[in-house]
This record gives sequence, C-alpha cells and structure tokens, in this order.
Amino acid sequence: MYTTELKDKNQKSVTPVAAPEDPERLAAFEARVAADDFIEPKDWMPDAYRKTLVRQISQHAHSEIVGMLPEGNWITRAPSLRRKAVLLAKVQDEGGHGLYLYSAAETLGTSREEMIEALHSGRAKYSTIFNYPTLTWADIGAIGWLVDGAAIMNQVPLQRTSYGPYARAMVRVCKEESFHQRQGYEIMMALAAGTGAQKRMAQDALNRWWWPSIMMFGPPDENSPNTAQSIRWRIKRETNDELRQKFIDVTVPQAEAIGLTIPDEALKWNAERGSYDYGAIDWDEFYAVVRGEGATAKERMQARVKAWEDGKWVRDAAAAHAAKRQVREAAE
Amino acid sequence: MNKVWPLWEVFIRAKNGLSHRHAGSVHAADAKMALEAARDTYTRRMEGVSLWIVPSAAIVASDPGDAAELFEPAADKVYRHPTFYVIPDNVKNI
Repeated sequence: MYTTELKDKNQKSVTPVAAPEDPERLAAFEARVAADDFIEPKDWMPDAYRKTLVRQISQHAHSEIVGMLPEGNWITRAPSLRRKAVLLAKVQDEGGHGLYLYSAAETLGTSREEMIEALHSGRAKYSTIFNYPTLTWADIGAIGWLVDGAAIMNQVPLQRTSYGPYARAMVRVCKEESFHQRQGYEIMMALAAGTGAQKRMAQDALNRWWWPSIMMFGPPDENSPNTAQSIRWRIKRETNDELRQKFIDVTVPQAEAIGLTIPDEALKWNAERGSYDYGAIDWDEFYAVVRGEGATAKERMQARVKAWEDGKWVRDAAAAHAAKRQVREAAE
Repeated sequence: MNKVWPLWEVFIRAKNGLSHRHAGSVHAADAKMALEAARDTYTRRMEGVSLWIVPSAAIVASDPGDAAELFEPAADKVYRHPTFYVIPDNVKNI
C-alpha cells in the first residue's frame, strides 16, 4: 500500500532553499542527490528535505497500518479456508510494511510515539483510499488488484529514492507486494468467470474502486506544488500524472482480459500517444476524503484508537514482566 | 591491570544506499578505540564509507536449536509468494 505525499491545501509549500547559513553544504547535498547518490541518516541534509521525508514516510506508514482495517473486515467472512489464509497473510504483510516504514522515519529523528499520536489525533494524513468501505467480497479482489497495483506502480521507483533507509524499506515492501496484487486479480478472475451474480459483484467492485484507485497517485501535476522540489531531491522519481498514466495503461487490458469494464466512458486508446486517454477526475471528492469527511474515515480512526487503548494492558504487562526479569537476573 | 578488553562487533556500509553488513569483531578497551581498531582492521582497502560498532554482549542471538520452531512455520505458506497464483499468459504486467 502506498500514500503519495499529501498536504493540507492551505499549508504553505516547502521552501525550496534551506537555511542561508549552509550554502556550501546545501550545494554539496544538491550535487550528491543530482548524481543519484544515497543520503544516509548521519549525513547532513536540508531541513526541508528532512521534513518532507518525515511527512511522506510517516504518511506511508500510517497508510499501511490503516490499510489493514478495510481488508481485516473480511478475514472472518472469506469464502474458503484458502482465501482466508491468503487474506490473513496479506494483512499481516501490511502490518509489517508499516513497521519497516516507521523505523525508516525514526532514523530522521522523529519517534514512534509522536507519529502514532499524530495519526490518532487526526493531524497526520494517510492514503484516501482507506476511507472507502469494503462492502462485498469482491472489494477484497478489487483492492488487491487495483489498490495494491497502484501501490506497486508508486513504490517501484521509490526503491531508488534518495534517502537510503526509505529506499531499503521499499525494496523489502516491493518484494512482498507482488503476491498482494496477484491474489486480488485471482479473486476478480474467479468472480468474473462465475455466475451472473458473481460477475455483477466483481463489476460493482471495479465501479466503486476504479476512481479512488487512480486518485491514489495524488493531485494532477499542475496542482502539486511540491513535486518539482521532490523530484529535484530524488525523493520522488516520477510525477503523479506520469505514474497514473502508467497504471491506467497496464490495468485496462487486465480488465478486458476477464470481461470487466472500466467505469469511464471517456476512456479511449490514443494511438498517437501510445496511451489511454481518460475522463476527468472528481478532485472535490478527493479533497473531501483527504480532509477525513465521511463516516468511514471516522470509523477508521475510532478502530485505530480503540486498538491502541485496548492494547494498553499488554504493553503494561510486557514492561512489568521485563522489570521483574531484570530484578531476578540481578539477584542471580 | 589485567582486565580483558571487551569484544565489539563491526558492521560496514560498503556504499551509501546499502545497509551495514557484519564484517567481524575487534577487542578494544572502549567504543572509541574499537572504532579506530575496526577502521584499521577491516577497512584498509576501501571496504566502506561508514562503520557501526556494537558491544558483542549487546547482541541477542537466537538459539540454533530453536531454528525449527522459529522458521519452519513459513515453509508451508507458499501462498505468500506471487508464483502461487496462476495468471493466464495473455494477462500482462501483473
């Protein structure tokens, strides 16, 4: 799963120039990233670079963690033991991906507690995609195929992002992610080849998840003020629109192959561009979801906070047990 | 004065972008001297750009005798691998 870096609309964009006290260091830094060198935790870096990364990596981590909720919703109702084992393994992976990413963010000087607090208080963002409900089993197929498919499209270039710990986390994530997309497509394939009702269920899921999935790549380039800076610093390696187009181009034939229809009447192959043209995206909806409007967003945060609070006795017990063991070992 | 110097584990980052990898260990009286000794012992031929020194006593290692119970449960979960899912040849990029 992935989140593109989101900012509140009224938030000022990152200042492209670092503190004036370090022009030489800044020049050296810029030269290093321009030469595709990796930046490591103890290297000097401009404040804005650090802040952008903390925001992007922590949002990415939050997305993995919140992303467990819509799919976890179907674990007990998976249609077979095989599907259940697979979904369980996938949700477990998402939790792991969140942990890799929190660790990468911590190397920049933020703490796990600060990040979790920012998520629970609503200050931190996570991918808008998880604020949609999972209504039917086909939604689990659509999420694996489309949401994880979009995530892979985003994350593959991030394996070469300029910040070493983030890039290494992405290598692990990408390696594990491929099964997520294939199991989702397999679910869709089975439903599309099933009874009329099953096929309608698959089509309905595609209808509801298509637009949110292509919105996952974030606002259009002309409306994405930080993209140029992030690309210059090699934090991002491709723009939102480039990645969105790539995703559409590979996904449309996959839908056709199983007899499903992409819910976009303007979708048309453009032979000149060698790409699909697609219809206008409803960005008002996107920003409403970013702001956390809607019942599902509230449900997600309530579920997160509840899990954290319900787990308190476990954290307390672990601390008490460790203290007791320390006393015992000291006595020996 | 007959105190045995503690053991330190040495990790080297070959170049930026790669993680630190274990290279070996050194004996030294303190962390700073361990770093100097590691530099002299393990990086005489441009082996790396960064060193981590960790007190050997601080490393918690699993017991090889527990390997089966720790790692075997993953063996029958082939569905964690992408090749478990059969996708027709005409479907590309997945």
